[in-house]
Amino acid sequence: MHIPDGFLAANTWVPTWLISVAGIGYSLKMTALKLKDKMVPLMGVMATFIFAAQMLNFPVLGGTSGHLIGGVLAVVLLGPYAGMIVIAVVLIVQCLIFQDGGLTTLGANVFNMAILGGGVGYLIYNPIRKLIRDNKGIIIGTAVASWSSVVIASIACAIELAISGTSPINIALPAMAFVHMFIGLGEAMITCLVVGFVLKVRPDLIY
Amino acid sequence: MKKKEIIIGLMVAIFLALFISPFASQWPDGLEKVAEDKGFLHKGEVEPILSSPIPDYSWPGMKNEKVATSLAGGVGTFIIFFLGYGIATLLKKH
Repeated sequence: MHIPDGFLAANTWVPTWLISVAGIGYSLKMTALKLKDKMVPLMGVMATFIFAAQMLNFPVLGGTSGHLIGGVLAVVLLGPYAGMIVIAVVLIVQCLIFQDGGLTTLGANVFNMAILGGGVGYLIYNPIRKLIRDNKGIIIGTAVASWSSVVIASIACAIELAISGTSPINIALPAMAFVHMFIGLGEAMITCLVVGFVLKVRPDLIY
Repeated sequence: MKKKEIIIGLMVAIFLALFISPFASQWPDGLEKVAEDKGFLHKGEVEPILSSPIPDYSWPGMKNEKVATSLAGGVGTFIIFFLGYGIATLLKKH
């Protein structure tokens, strides 16, 4: 869902850049305040794993592919602030080194995938985990949040396309949401697999 | 995290980037497909604002596409790890 240069007009990419700078800036501040020692290498490993996993496009319906975004995976292990930073780092490297996602649209991509995908994903995950408790709560919370995070990010992307005048909302929104409901299933499957594995071998690494 | 666990985690990521990514689906992703179907894909075909060293996860000048992807992925994992670890270390110090 990396938006390339040209898809968004300045009326959209400028505000999303500002929101993302503010959001990631705040996350850096919060992370500096309460980063635990064990989370330092974990941030490096998670960023690397998510970067690699994002390269693995899986086929969904009718000639479309999807890949992990990893927002919920990052926040389940690192908490909301460090998790959002990790996704932002991945997106910045993808943009600058690999031309995956534009430079003008980097703010929108960080907003959609790190702030909404990670931060809002955490707001969905956390209450479910607290309500159900134990490992079951973590897995159900992870599944619901990771699926939702992809669909929410795709809806945000559609709204940005519409505000930019690239594609009308009544066309972009249903099309984006529909295909990402399927891509979200892949996201939920991969995220649950990894979180389930961590729960088995190092449950203390779950935030 | 123990050193051994960090190394195992990294090895999994490097393995995925080096050996699995060349075989990932080549189909357009959700956004690209919608852009294609709804007729706005051409808007993204602008001259990139900055030229990336490894565009489209393909090592430049490499004839074999699979090797080019593999190499790009491998280099990417190292850059990301040091950047992620570096930022976390800096945040910890502050």
